[in-house]
Amino acid sequence: MEAVRFDNVKFSYREDGGEFAVNGVTLSIEEGQFVAVLGRNGSGKSTLAKLINALLVPGSGTVSVFGMNTADDKKTFEIRKSAGMVFQNPDNQTVASIVEDDVAFGPENIGVPRKEIGERIDFALRAVGMEAFRNATPSRLSGGQKQRIAIAGVLAIRPKIMILDESTAMLDPRGRREVMEVIKKLNREQGMTVLLITHFMEEALQADRAVVMHRGEVVMDGTPEEIFARSEELETYNLTLPRAAYICKQLQAAGLPVANAFTAKELAEEICKSLQKG
Amino acid sequence: MLNDVTFGQYYPAKSFVHNMDPRAKIVLLIAYLVAVFLADNFFALAAVIVFLILAVIFSRVPFGSVLRSVKMILFIIVFTAILNLFFYASDGELHILWQWKIITVSWEAIINMIFLAMRLFLLVMGTSILTLTTTPVALTDGLESLLTPLKWIRFPVHELALIMSIALRFIPTLIDETNRIISAQKARGADFETGGLIRRAKAMIPVLVPLLVSSLRRAEELGDAMDARCYSGAKGRTKYKKLTFSWRDLLGLLVLAGLITGIVFLNLYLGGKFAILNYFFAS
Repeated sequence: MEAVRFDNVKFSYREDGGEFAVNGVTLSIEEGQFVAVLGRNGSGKSTLAKLINALLVPGSGTVSVFGMNTADDKKTFEIRKSAGMVFQNPDNQTVASIVEDDVAFGPENIGVPRKEIGERIDFALRAVGMEAFRNATPSRLSGGQKQRIAIAGVLAIRPKIMILDESTAMLDPRGRREVMEVIKKLNREQGMTVLLITHFMEEALQADRAVVMHRGEVVMDGTPEEIFARSEELETYNLTLPRAAYICKQLQAAGLPVANAFTAKELAEEICKSLQKG
Repeated sequence: MLNDVTFGQYYPAKSFVHNMDPRAKIVLLIAYLVAVFLADNFFALAAVIVFLILAVIFSRVPFGSVLRSVKMILFIIVFTAILNLFFYASDGELHILWQWKIITVSWEAIINMIFLAMRLFLLVMGTSILTLTTTPVALTDGLESLLTPLKWIRFPVHELALIMSIALRFIPTLIDETNRIISAQKARGADFETGGLIRRAKAMIPVLVPLLVSSLRRAEELGDAMDARCYSGAKGRTKYKKLTFSWRDLLGLLVLAGLITGIVFLNLYLGGKFAILNYFFAS
């Protein structure tokens, strides 16, 4: 089933309609897909995310989530229930000073009965591996832990789509890894549709599909491997290859017979192979 | 520099007082404050002190933590006490001890000073027992529940409680931020330590402006995050935490009702705070 559909969507932050942040995007995301949206700052990737859950409404064209048009005010609530969103700064999305109260905020808003809220908190905290911190204070947790709590807060609403708007950008490598593990698990085990907005190329490798945005338009769309194979084109959008892929490219240029590799592990195997041959 | 903010000074423990319903504790505090100001002689005051000590014992909060809360307003207490000691005036009879120009020290002034200082102490300590034993969240929940009747006059009770809890939740975040900005400005040569009051106040402007700007940005992001989590006001909202009124709360309220009744009788039978002077100056 189609989870999200963009039909020639244009959006501008300006009143007069100039400078489109999103300029004529047509995109379809299937349920259960893990999509990474790449692009440099100001490419319109965050705007794209906010258009999905009706935080922004397109100036022209339509965005629909499971067939519901985001421009329809009556559907806003249902759309936000099915498309949850995690933001960049974990500090600015926690409403309560105790973890379980914060996770309860979403279910409370959609009117879930008290007993079920408790079950949903259990479920959500277990899903992000934070069940031991139920009564902790978010301000005393690490960045990665805070962001996992934010994910739990969204999970407790039981959405079908999870949008992560640069949610790993402010985290240290360890926090980033923690959050990525949680997202991958959700996608794999619960069939959650994931839209990961990021400028870390390594993260895009974990996705089934990568979409590159540039100046409000979708300029590349394919599997991460396909996208990273077109490195010259990527460079014109000011994006670089994942580090391992870059090294691989340099080795190829230097004449070492290695096939395209994108992760450190793949690259290591390729190098071993080529050395055995030689 | 801002790490000693004691606001929201919750002391985690399992105790009789911790387990009480926040609503009951708020009502108890109000009644206790009434008792503090009602107590008009030394025996009545002693009764209030006994109640306070019992409350501290049953809350299992170290006595030092309760006393620490007084430290913040110690200056105010000493200041008002001194003023009262030297400038006490009354229409009634004064037993003067010492007089110099407009300064008069009398037995009445001393007694008045003791009462004033004691009342301020008791007031602050009683309040701090509430904040030490109740989480800010429980406190706002309790307030929201107690203010529910105001919904009839369309007072935004839920919104007020939410604003309060978000404000409490952001205190540590904003303190961190302030410290960060101060360090950043110090690194650029800003001087916060020298100069007079006005100069120091001026030096804070480069701290407050970025703080305000970033707070507004945070507020906007928080608004988006709340929207994204389906927040749409009090309508159709459920609450996860349920407040339950138990035997503890009933017992607490009964004890305090007893205390107030006792104080009223002590006041009636033993007279006001100056009655003790009649005993000494009977002749």
